[in-house]
Amino acid sequence: MAEIIIKNLRKEFGSFTAVQSSSFRIEDGEFFMLLGPSGCGKTTTLRMIAGLELPTSGQIWIDGEEVGQKPASQRDIAFVFQMFALYPHMNVRKNIAYPLVSQGLSRARVREKVEEVARLLRIEHILDRPVGGLSGGDRQRVALGRAIVRSPKAFMMDEPLGALDAEFREIMAEELRALHDRMGATTVYVTHDQLEAMQMGDKIVVMNHGVVEQFGTPQDIYDKPATMFVAEFIGSPAMNFLRFRGSVEAGATSVRMHHHVFEVPELREPFDGDIAFGVRPEHVRFSDNGAFRCRVDATEYLGTTQIVTLNSDHGQLKARISSDQPVRVDETVGLEFDPKTITLFDTGTGRALRSDLNEGVLSHG
Amino acid sequence: MSAYSITEPSSRAKWTAGILVTLYAVITMVPLLWIVATGFKTPSDAISYPPKVFFEPTVEGYVNVFTTRTRLSPEALAALPPPANFAEEIVRQYDMVIAGPSRFGERFLNSVIIGFGSTFLSIFLGTLAAYAFSRFKIPLKDDLLFFILSTRMMPPIAVAIPIFLMYRQLGLSDTHLGMILLYTAVNISLAVWLLKGFIDEIPREYEEAALIDGYTRFQAFYKVVLPQAATGIASTAIFCLIFAWNEYAFAVLLTSGTAQTAPPFIPTIIGVGGQDWPAVAAGATLFLVPVMVFTILLRKHLLRGITFGAVRK
Repeated sequence: MAEIIIKNLRKEFGSFTAVQSSSFRIEDGEFFMLLGPSGCGKTTTLRMIAGLELPTSGQIWIDGEEVGQKPASQRDIAFVFQMFALYPHMNVRKNIAYPLVSQGLSRARVREKVEEVARLLRIEHILDRPVGGLSGGDRQRVALGRAIVRSPKAFMMDEPLGALDAEFREIMAEELRALHDRMGATTVYVTHDQLEAMQMGDKIVVMNHGVVEQFGTPQDIYDKPATMFVAEFIGSPAMNFLRFRGSVEAGATSVRMHHHVFEVPELREPFDGDIAFGVRPEHVRFSDNGAFRCRVDATEYLGTTQIVTLNSDHGQLKARISSDQPVRVDETVGLEFDPKTITLFDTGTGRALRSDLNEGVLSHG
Repeated sequence: MSAYSITEPSSRAKWTAGILVTLYAVITMVPLLWIVATGFKTPSDAISYPPKVFFEPTVEGYVNVFTTRTRLSPEALAALPPPANFAEEIVRQYDMVIAGPSRFGERFLNSVIIGFGSTFLSIFLGTLAAYAFSRFKIPLKDDLLFFILSTRMMPPIAVAIPIFLMYRQLGLSDTHLGMILLYTAVNISLAVWLLKGFIDEIPREYEEAALIDGYTRFQAFYKVVLPQAATGIASTAIFCLIFAWNEYAFAVLLTSGTAQTAPPFIPTIIGVGGQDWPAVAAGATLFLVPVMVFTILLRKHLLRGITFGAVRK
């Protein structure tokens, strides 16, 4: 069990920079998510922590030891691959035993440990089968078994649910989280699925183009996005951006968008230029006296809620409202925004302006 | 099972395919069977016209391949004790006695040493090189691979004269080592290219899993990659062995005494005086056996898809 600290980690492949100066800290026992679109550098970061890639520069501390340039075999961590990578020429038992064999444990001890792990994962009945004919879920369990049998300092998981069918994914996600909670081991988990990240993670790092966009708890990342990328990537539908040109003072509690004035969390920095007014769809309220008028373009019924697409002078936005509320396409409605949840962004750099809301969450500035 | 399955060929198609394959096999097997049969004929049966399909088999050819014989005068023959074994008995019918073993045994052994030695060396070096080409970043990788392949762009015998001169200078002519090195040099390009293809197919995750599981790169290579590459190694080994085993031109040119292989030796069996075709056929038949056995031993590797289903793609 270990704490993992990443400092200014950088990886270049030739002229391509896969990861630019990442820094974050993974607490002991945390279920930690590396989230981002494909090609954002999350897998490369994971592979660097595991020792499958060596960083171009920067440091990786595992359990108080700098391991950045050490080979994988000396880091005492386990890795669950997306394709499982079970050794095809060995049966289930041998696959799970393989990490123990390298440690030179006695046969009896290996047998005992393998069976203990098999019981934990409920795969005792397939121990002597070849891995070739196993179902996706069972392969996943064998891969997990191989990872946990050695009681490593930390687990690395590279989209371990990506190769599973949708029905299995749900089950395995729960099993994984339950397993983590029972063992309390530090887990670093790579995914491009924001729902998976929100659902399973204690903390999330959101990456894009090799840059860490934000690092925090799922709540912080959702409610207090540090950049426009995070605001758009997390949440479905994404955060709405009303774009306008304006200026704000430090200490201001409202912002003027042409003829409209909106309350916002108290700002901590002045800004002048192109601003995006960010509001999540569930924080958009319909109000007859709302001065901000929009036309309804479309509605999507989702059971308890509905998503309403609206057209305003400052661009399109979506609202998530209760399904009981009657809405007709083409009617004009007034809108209000929950003032405590608003984030203003500098459209030029994409970063959030500091305010009462996100004070202490943003890493930049 | 439906009678109109899309994936299952119809029974008529299967029959046709079966008949064609059998026909092809028969056509290719006839010369081979003829050689095997000739090995069991007497010299007169072997050259009789029309050719004899049914004949009384004898091991005379095999006796002649392994022995040298001397003709004796009838008086001397009569003075001899009765034949001690079946070989002696056969030879006496021709008024001869066995004078000693022939060279066939040692030539055959030379073939085994040189053929299997060069195959082993080609596979050993080829696997390591193929692994490196497949997995590591190597400067000028493509050029190096092309260079290795380019050694096969002319028939090897085209460089016979430089090799002959080189070998004379280096003292490698007519040595086992010289022939092993030569056949390895010819086979290595084939081995590297074939094996690289097979190793490329093996997902890197297996080795990475082994690295994570606490093994060194080399342990990962021989405990995880090699078993996966067994199919490729087996088929490459068969190709290498067949070339080294059958090679004739260099063997004629570079060997005469100690390291002569079977191919240049077998035609010399034909002998002086009568043409001993059964002996030649017997030598050729024996010569086929090792490659056949080797191929049969490795057959299961050729047919088995051992990575089946272990990785989802």
